[in-house]
Amino acid sequence: MTALHDCRDAFAATLVELAEADDRVVAVVNDSVGSSKLGGFQERFPERLINVGIAEQAMVGVAAGLAAGGRLPFVSAASCFLTARAMEQIKVDIAYSKHHVVLCGQSPGVAYGELGPTHHSPEDLAWLRAIPGLEIIVPADPSETSAAVKWAAQHDGPVFVRISRTGVPDLYAEGLPFHPGRAHVLREGNDVAIVALGTAVTRALAAADALAQQGVAARVVAMSSLVPLDGEALLDAARSTAGVVTVEEAYTCGLGGAVAEFLAERLPARMRMVGLQGFAPTGSVEHIHEISGVTAAGISAACLDIVGAIP
Amino acid sequence: MPVATPEELAAAARRVRLRDLDVVSTAGMGHIGGEFSVTDILVTLYLGVIDQGAGPDRDHVVLSKGHAAVALYATLAEAGLLPDADLDTFANPDSPLNGHPARTKLHAVEASTGPLGHGLPIGVGMAIAAELEGASRRTFVIVGDGELQEGSNWEAMMIAAHRNLDRLVLVVDRNGLQQGAPVADTSDLEPLADKFRAFGWAVAEVDGHDHRALREVLSSTPWEAGRPSAVIARTHKGHPVSFMSDNPGWHHRVPNADEVRLAREEIAAT
Repeated sequence: MTALHDCRDAFAATLVELAEADDRVVAVVNDSVGSSKLGGFQERFPERLINVGIAEQAMVGVAAGLAAGGRLPFVSAASCFLTARAMEQIKVDIAYSKHHVVLCGQSPGVAYGELGPTHHSPEDLAWLRAIPGLEIIVPADPSETSAAVKWAAQHDGPVFVRISRTGVPDLYAEGLPFHPGRAHVLREGNDVAIVALGTAVTRALAAADALAQQGVAARVVAMSSLVPLDGEALLDAARSTAGVVTVEEAYTCGLGGAVAEFLAERLPARMRMVGLQGFAPTGSVEHIHEISGVTAAGISAACLDIVGAIP
Repeated sequence: MPVATPEELAAAARRVRLRDLDVVSTAGMGHIGGEFSVTDILVTLYLGVIDQGAGPDRDHVVLSKGHAAVALYATLAEAGLLPDADLDTFANPDSPLNGHPARTKLHAVEASTGPLGHGLPIGVGMAIAAELEGASRRTFVIVGDGELQEGSNWEAMMIAAHRNLDRLVLVVDRNGLQQGAPVADTSDLEPLADKFRAFGWAVAEVDGHDHRALREVLSSTPWEAGRPSAVIARTHKGHPVSFMSDNPGWHHRVPNADEVRLAREEIAAT
């Protein structure tokens, strides 16, 4: 069986590596050392781990002040609290102020399964993509997580990186450089295109395998960043296939909405959007994915719907 | 820049208020009441207290009550940090002088503010950055008193005290009025000094229109090693104009030609 990884490990190891090379790097957390796996960082750089306590608004403001004072802050907190509680600080103190701050939304979507909708963040992508100037990166495996975090350290502007604890296999070779707005086509195919984000990429590949068994050639486009989108990859998918299925571990007003907006104005395509719906019941991550259809079977069904819908 | 005398500060504050009147009446917008209450604090800080050098010890100033933007812009011009003529562009579509200060548009503005309760957390971050750098610069954050109703300030106060940020100074423009009513009638702050003390801050109260007293109290920070400093500056909204002073109606009212003339006379007479 393929080994599954928690992308937080790659995040934490990369942050230590960055901090060793650049003394401007600091971590800002809201009592989230353990949940961000930053125990090693704290041990290595105790003075550069700034734990503000359970105070998300102040946490993001403090990060802006650290950036104004010449530091390079990585804010790391559960995505549900970071985005919902500190939205105005993200908008004004970080994005509008154009600060080089890297916001790391941990355990997003329904990664906190049984803890319930208070701890889920299916909204974060939709909320954040409404904020101008904020790049939104959603890595799909450990190697991409590491590359994205390194890229964010170099990019002189505000970035949000969505980092999941949900187990994923290795998809990319280690050391692959990260380019925002550049998708990876992981399966070629011209019947239908699956555009997937983050943890959903693995399920999109499984769906493509299942569809191949049925004689349907599904293209799998792994969209590494929600902002910016890879417009060329989307236009090519819309041009070459019967339609586009988006998949995300979020409400479909995240990736689905963004792709629909992009294509509607340029090259309207048949679309189906696979994602989370409503406040999830208490249950395991797998259960919530199952009932939302964010599974290989759910993605396959959406693809068949598109293929079958060709007049 | 040589440190200004109290008399020079008073003269500068007079010029800033007169310029503020011009700018607000020309633009047809502004928050003259809160601008006049904070003017003496801003002028004293920029002309009488802070290190404006280019090095790492250059002090930070964050005007958290960003609606008093014109008072900040006119003070920056007075301090030579902004060409005076730029003030006439306030609130024009292409002007860097926005209705609320934007750090990306004006170099001298250190934090983009407007929504309340943002400045103090930013100041805490600046103070931590200075400490990490081993620099001796101070960070001054100016808030309105009504603004202290925002919970983010109290989060920041706890963090500052916990981290012993004694080079962080909070100045409260304690004019007693918020947008629509007295602070005391809305969600009262008193006993404010006791609250600061309970949160681990050192506290001083001062007449916020007395340049000598302001300069002394601000220059002498930190007062206690290991504790951030809070200055409660007692002010009057609309000061010193008789028909504006302590009148909540002047939160963002724009004076007409007669009112400008009367106000100019009263300011010039101070």
